[in-house]
Amino acid sequence: MVSMFDPLHLSRRHLLQLAGTLTAATALPLVTVRPAQATPAMLASAIRNLVGEAQVKTGKVRLDIPPLVENGNTVPMTVSVDHPMTPDSFVKSIHVFNEKNPQPNVANFHLTPSAGRAQVTTRIRLADTQKVVAIAKLSDGTFWSISVDVIVTLAACTEEMP
Amino acid sequence: MPAALVNVPPKARRGAVIEIKTLMSHVMEPGYRHTAAGEVVPRDIITSFTCRFNGAEIFRADLFPAIAANPFLSFFTTASESGKFEFEWIGDNGFVATASAAITVE
Repeated sequence: MVSMFDPLHLSRRHLLQLAGTLTAATALPLVTVRPAQATPAMLASAIRNLVGEAQVKTGKVRLDIPPLVENGNTVPMTVSVDHPMTPDSFVKSIHVFNEKNPQPNVANFHLTPSAGRAQVTTRIRLADTQKVVAIAKLSDGTFWSISVDVIVTLAACTEEMP
Repeated sequence: MPAALVNVPPKARRGAVIEIKTLMSHVMEPGYRHTAAGEVVPRDIITSFTCRFNGAEIFRADLFPAIAANPFLSFFTTASESGKFEFEWIGDNGFVATASAAITVE
């Protein structure tokens, strides 16, 4: 008796190989693409855009943010700079960055000597457990920074709409 | 109609450092969220906040999607003279909102 596969010389091994290829081909489109997450490299380049070639020193800046956050959708944050606000020497701007949200910027605050105190409070979103960085630019052109690690249990920004 | 809430002390001593608090109702849709059908929800945020005192800018903030819904901002200024604070929020899709508050400096 002649089987119908014999003229093609299809063995069991061939069929198994074919089945494997088909499975792999159909599985590929199932790989979901999540929105691009900011990486530490993006954070570094965002900071580089701001400061250029200048050196960033650690200190002066204070970032008050809870170390453990339950809901990343609204995280209270206070940033302040220990520097006098006089017309000769003052804090020009404060820039807040993050490491793992979809984009590295959080906010830029532009101050004037009349502020009296270099301190700003707001509420931010954090998409993951990550590092938050604040950089202050002084009127003499120097940059000061601080970085704080925050643990987030419920992420913000990229979840599905209800 | 957007609802703004600003808190400025009505009276202050000359030279005192006062705190100004502002709250604006806004969804601040970050533009990174998806519907259950997989479509991206378009970005709709406030991008800029400015505070002027008697016409001169005293504080400005550039906001990004990482600012929580209903943006709250608190900052400081020195009470130098009596006058009027003007607040302005500008955002996506032509969003503009303003508010003002008066202060008496003694």
